[in-house]
Amino acid sequence: MSTKDNGVAITEPVKDPGLPEHLPRPTDVDPAQARRSERQISAMFGIATVLLLAFCVAYFAIDRSETFLGFSASNFTLGATLGGALLLMGVGIIQWAKKLMGDHEIIEMRHAVASSDEDRAAVLEDLNTGINESGFGRRPMIRNSLLGAMGFLALPAVVMLRDLGPLPHDEDKTVWKKGMRVVNDVSGTPIKPSDLEVGSLVNAEPAIMYETDADGQPVLEGTALLQAKSKAAVIMVRMRPEDITPSKGRENWGIDGILCYSKICTHVGCPISLYEQQTHHVLCPCHQSTFDLADNGKVIFGPAHRPLPQLPLAVDSEGYIVAVSDFPEIVAPSYPRLAHDQKKLDEKS
Amino acid sequence: MTDTEYTNIEDTGLGKKAGGPVEWLDDRLGLAGMAKKNLRKVFPEHWSFMLGEVALWSFVVLLLTGVFLTFWFQPSMNETVYNGPYNPLHGLTMSQAYASTLDISFSVRGGLLIRQIHHWAAMLFVAAMMLHMLRVFFTGAYRKPREINWLIGVGLLSMGLVEGFAGYSLPDDLLSGTGLRFVDGLLRSIPLVGSYLESFMFGGEYPGDVIIPRLYMAHILLVPALLLGLIGAHMLLLVYHKHTQWPGPGRTEKNVVGYPMLPVYAAKAGGFFFVVFGFTALMGAILQVNPIWAYGPYNPSEVTAGSQPDWYMGFSEGAIRLMPNWESTIFGFTWSWNIFIPGVGAMGLLFTALGAWPFIESWITGDKREHHLLERPRNAPVRTALGVAGMTAFAVLWIGGGNDIIATKFHLNIYTITKTLRIGLFVFPVIAFMVTKRICVGLQRQDANSILHGYETGVIERTPSGAFSERHAPLPAEIQYTITTHDRLPMLEAPAEADKNGVAAPHSRAAKLRARARKFYYHGAVDKPTVEDVHHAEEHLGEIAGHPVELGDDFQGVSETGVPRVH
Ligand code: HEM
Ligand code: FES
Repeated sequence: MSTKDNGVAITEPVKDPGLPEHLPRPTDVDPAQARRSERQISAMFGIATVLLLAFCVAYFAIDRSETFLGFSASNFTLGATLGGALLLMGVGIIQWAKKLMGDHEIIEMRHAVASSDEDRAAVLEDLNTGINESGFGRRPMIRNSLLGAMGFLALPAVVMLRDLGPLPHDEDKTVWKKGMRVVNDVSGTPIKPSDLEVGSLVNAEPAIMYETDADGQPVLEGTALLQAKSKAAVIMVRMRPEDITPSKGRENWGIDGILCYSKICTHVGCPISLYEQQTHHVLCPCHQSTFDLADNGKVIFGPAHRPLPQLPLAVDSEGYIVAVSDFPEIVAPSYPRLAHDQKKLDEKS
Repeated sequence: MTDTEYTNIEDTGLGKKAGGPVEWLDDRLGLAGMAKKNLRKVFPEHWSFMLGEVALWSFVVLLLTGVFLTFWFQPSMNETVYNGPYNPLHGLTMSQAYASTLDISFSVRGGLLIRQIHHWAAMLFVAAMMLHMLRVFFTGAYRKPREINWLIGVGLLSMGLVEGFAGYSLPDDLLSGTGLRFVDGLLRSIPLVGSYLESFMFGGEYPGDVIIPRLYMAHILLVPALLLGLIGAHMLLLVYHKHTQWPGPGRTEKNVVGYPMLPVYAAKAGGFFFVVFGFTALMGAILQVNPIWAYGPYNPSEVTAGSQPDWYMGFSEGAIRLMPNWESTIFGFTWSWNIFIPGVGAMGLLFTALGAWPFIESWITGDKREHHLLERPRNAPVRTALGVAGMTAFAVLWIGGGNDIIATKFHLNIYTITKTLRIGLFVFPVIAFMVTKRICVGLQRQDANSILHGYETGVIERTPSGAFSERHAPLPAEIQYTITTHDRLPMLEAPAEADKNGVAAPHSRAAKLRARARKFYYHGAVDKPTVEDVHHAEEHLGEIAGHPVELGDDFQGVSETGVPRVH
């Protein structure tokens, strides 16, 4: 029987027929069946034991360099024996529960989660007594000053986090400088314009990444090198000069169709890599932002907003390609003060 | 071996002595009172109740294999030159984190297996949590009094994602570094404070040299501790509330029917742990996962095409890929909506919506009663349809996360895929909602019909006048009962609940909104027949519409040839 919102009682069309009667399993009535199940299950546990021993033998016997059907033989054997043993044990235990353990469903009554009204009243009363005895309400000065102190307890916790790292700095700078050579990122060798054919792309870095100081130590290494790379890596392409549509002020940033762009995507900073010579488009493999290198690195598609920053190029006295300056635009993913920093850069130039 | 030789445990020497330790422990802990209630605690059975167990056991597998990995893994970004057994990387400079992961894979016997089990178990863990959550959602198991456990579940899922992501970043290979680069961009996109967060998290400029040790701490201490605590609370509440059950004969809101914890449930659940562990071990044996040696050490100026996060981050990746490139300058600051909205916003929206749903639903329905019987998805058409719509949006984003792979595998244009999915994100969920609701309502109608008219037996009868009709027979009483246990629809006309509990004034804005939400929630749903409906059908529909006629207990339906099957 249930009621509608308006309180009218409605009789349900079907009465609860009650729990269905318990049907015996084959193993309950036929001792032969039960014995068969018993044998099967113990066999599973027996095989599991053998597999676990085999695991230990394989651990010592199989050389790590051996392969089997293209797998590492060691990995395959260890995994197969361990996995097989575990599966057999699991299936065996479950079979035991299903076929041989008592299978009578039992009924447990539920109780309302809420406590009785008396209990609730008693708790409330205890709470109130406690609060009253503490004088929490009667002495607001103590209360409020304690709450205040508690609040300020958060300060040391937050302040202590200050030394997690330095304040952000130099987000608008990279290691590129006027006159720094653009070098091949594999060999570290400087590049002449004649090394680049139309349609080609080279991954390049600033020369400083391969320089050593007076003691023969690299100028940049370890973390500093990774940090420099994550901002200063570039790609250099050569296209037919007539294909390029430089925006105002960029007419002489290239050398005879050779242009240099930041390799770090302005979206979240993946190194872009997939270049299509026909269209001069370069695609970022992470989220497919596409930039047009013939058109000032403009975003053609995808979630990146800013164009790829371009590095102005020149040729030094020995005929190698060098940077004219650091990037006039900020590289790598955007950050809150970017607009501000960019304005300062623009004013300087 | 035979039953005749068997003596009950209390009559054996061991059984007689067992009283001793039990007494000793109870003298000190006094737990017999609690154990009395719980050793034979009832757990109802259904296949879908296993999903949570898979999640639990894969977490245990993660703990076991994770501890193993910590024996060899070195969470350091200091550089070292590799000279281990994997020749292609010989002489390369790399972080110790990467080198030690290579060692685990090539120098530690069984190390690769443990790594692979760990990674498969991680993916299974999150998958099982999600499926478990869907089960709870679609059956309404989160309703009062279980809202808190639902919230704990939402916390577990979010922590699971964080844990998995932190683990994925540890080996410091090219893929995991690419993932970290994304985190860096994401942090930077946070309005106003982005650069500070980046600098504090990475200990300076990206990538810095502290992020891996810090993530390691999170991965093996902070997040597992939180997960463990939440799992403990989740289990305690489960036992305390007692498991929900499917409606059926003898199963009511007031009882719980099933197998006792000791022995059957403990054996099944315990056995299942071995199955999950064994399954992940076999996967570790034959399915390669995260072959970090193939990617090479992290280098911020290199990336592999087709970079993919683990599957459970796919929806977030997709949101990032589908987002248009909005960025604006306001008050002299740069606001990177293109990253912030999909990166922080999508996650935030997902978890907020999940956490809020039980409360929203009970606000709409005004239902403040306890529920221990599960609801069949069809009997809550709007909830079910909303769930499917949410899954559809998730799927669209997830597919978006693999748009490059789809493009290369199926030779499609990547831009077309992306644009289609951008629209699809808004259109497909609406379609899914409408279709699902129709299906639910159709099933409800079918249920009602089968009560009123029984089921079609396939027996064709010919009346003396020559007309043909199909004989209908009543469903077995158990099934009839099972499909009529759910609540009746409330009356919609009166803005009902408001006056009853006297909270919202009937004509307030909130009350009107709520009345509209109620209408939306119950619109189109089909109620189960009343006794009068059944009588009416019996009296008036008898011959014409084929009112059920008893065919006798031994009737088993008909074979394809129309001959009644009798056993
Ligand atoms: C609870 C959920 C957990 C998840 C979702 C998870 C996930 C992951 C993932 C995806 C990886 C990358 C694995 C690979 O590259 O093969 C990983 C690595 C690792 N995990 Fe976990 N993990 C969890 C718990 C733990 C625990 C409890 C520990 C230790 C107490 C641990 C220790 C490690 C270690 C040392 C590594 C890095 C070594 C390596 O990749 O070989 N994990 N984890
Ligand atoms: S990082 Fe290049 S598109 Fe996202």
